[in-house]
Amino acid sequence: MKYILMMTGKKSDFEGYARWSKEDLQANMSFMRAFSRELKNSGVFVSTEGLGWPSEAKLVRAGKNGEPITDGVFPESKEFLAGYWIIDVETQEQAYKIAARASQAPGPGGKPGNMPIEVRPVLSGHADLGL
Amino acid sequence: MAEHQYDARIEHLLRELAPQVLGAVARRFRDFSSAEDVVQEAMIAAFTQWPQEGVPDNPRGWLIQVACRRMTDHVRREIARRERETAVAAEAESLPATLDIEADMDRDDTLILLFMCCHPALTASSAIALTLRAVGGLTTAEIANAFLVPEATMAQRISRAKQTIKASDVPFRLPSPHERTERLPAVLHVLYLIFSEGYASSIGSHLQRLDFAREAIRLTRNMTTLLSDNPEVLGLLALMLLTDARRAARTGSDEELIPLDKQDRTLWDRAEISEGIELLTAALSKGSVGLYQLQAAVAAVHDEATRVEDTDWPQIMALYGLLKRVAPSPMVTLNHAIAAAMVHGPAKGLELLRVLDSDSRLAGHYRLDAVRAHLFEKMGDHEAAIKHYRIAAARTTSVPERNYLMMQAARLAGD
Repeated sequence: MKYILMMTGKKSDFEGYARWSKEDLQANMSFMRAFSRELKNSGVFVSTEGLGWPSEAKLVRAGKNGEPITDGVFPESKEFLAGYWIIDVETQEQAYKIAARASQAPGPGGKPGNMPIEVRPVLSGHADLGL
Repeated sequence: MAEHQYDARIEHLLRELAPQVLGAVARRFRDFSSAEDVVQEAMIAAFTQWPQEGVPDNPRGWLIQVACRRMTDHVRREIARRERETAVAAEAESLPATLDIEADMDRDDTLILLFMCCHPALTASSAIALTLRAVGGLTTAEIANAFLVPEATMAQRISRAKQTIKASDVPFRLPSPHERTERLPAVLHVLYLIFSEGYASSIGSHLQRLDFAREAIRLTRNMTTLLSDNPEVLGLLALMLLTDARRAARTGSDEELIPLDKQDRTLWDRAEISEGIELLTAALSKGSVGLYQLQAAVAAVHDEATRVEDTDWPQIMALYGLLKRVAPSPMVTLNHAIAAAMVHGPAKGLELLRVLDSDSRLAGHYRLDAVRAHLFEKMGDHEAAIKHYRIAAARTTSVPERNYLMMQAARLAGD
């Protein structure tokens, strides 16, 4: 069964992250690289991507003639996806355990950040949806 | 281990033969698009059979034979499908023996293929994919894997590229000398893009994808034997080697990016540097200086400095000055400004960057902010430097680069 583990944050969280100390950033980045390596080594890794920050995000709607109309104004409370991992595991418990490990990524002061990780099943049989 | 080496030898052989076989089949059937498909099938057949059954005595003949057989099947199927009569059927029946086709072989085939795959009607990403498959002998799966896209997506991209070529009706022959001069820059550009894809990938979290860089070097090296008189081809190969020489020094133990001025220069590949310089010298002696030779010359100046403080910045500034005239672009202006800052101080660099604010080609590009940040730091204006490092971090599309830029801002903020 595949699960997606999503890291999300408000705009202010991203701005805060960019202001961490050098040591805190270093620790966090090393953890993230090691975490992806662990997933690969343990045979559960499917994919991972990091996303551009909220400052680069745009909302797009189709205009009258179907042309794109972009908007970059978001409410402060909006949660943005920062990045995700997709893993392939036997049980839901295993997915939760891995998510908890990701949640331990060091935050300011080197302490575990305990940031929330959203876990959702990735459905199979997507061909039926015509995707 | 021995088996692994044997497989690697087969792979190498197949990649060498791929364009020759494709050239022979495409020439015979006058259908590049279908020829490309059947050669790919023949390559995959060889990949699976040769390691077990051994490499045939005449591997090229073997591949041509398999490809021709599939092509004949393909033609027959087409005939049956369309129920088209005599003309095509007669052609399919009168297929010459494989050996005749082999005799037909032309050393220019690789060149014809390169010109075909780097057709101006194709987008860069299509041209790259098609070149890697048709000339580089890579499988669709390998190319897809390298670009981190599903195989079906890459297969579709390649097939659409071939349709474009088919629709443009380019004959399978070497372009005339005049056309060649006109279209060579497009070919070199595609090779250069393949190289940079491997060297400084802007996608994903892996900074370096070695196979692409190696593949680009191999293809360009091949090209230098076919167009040995062309100084820009030599210049491009020199540029690749002189850049690739720094590969080992470019990332740290934790995959982090290490900029040129912080690299351990003892890790640079001396053999690649001397080969690059030799090629560049030969190119420059031909007396027709161009974009790639000048960029290779810049790379050579960096490579020749055993310590960063020995870098001959006035020479680099002069080379970028020349590039601004030969091949003006916002990136060249940017690099010229960096060199000028090293010679005349950061204020001069910042002044030269100002013209780029109104250049839409670079507007919002992270490199402009990254360079500004660096120059403000050199001036001692840490506040402005931090601001621009952070803007650059938000704008780059590469994770290692974003990490690097954030660390720079954090370093200054912590002082």
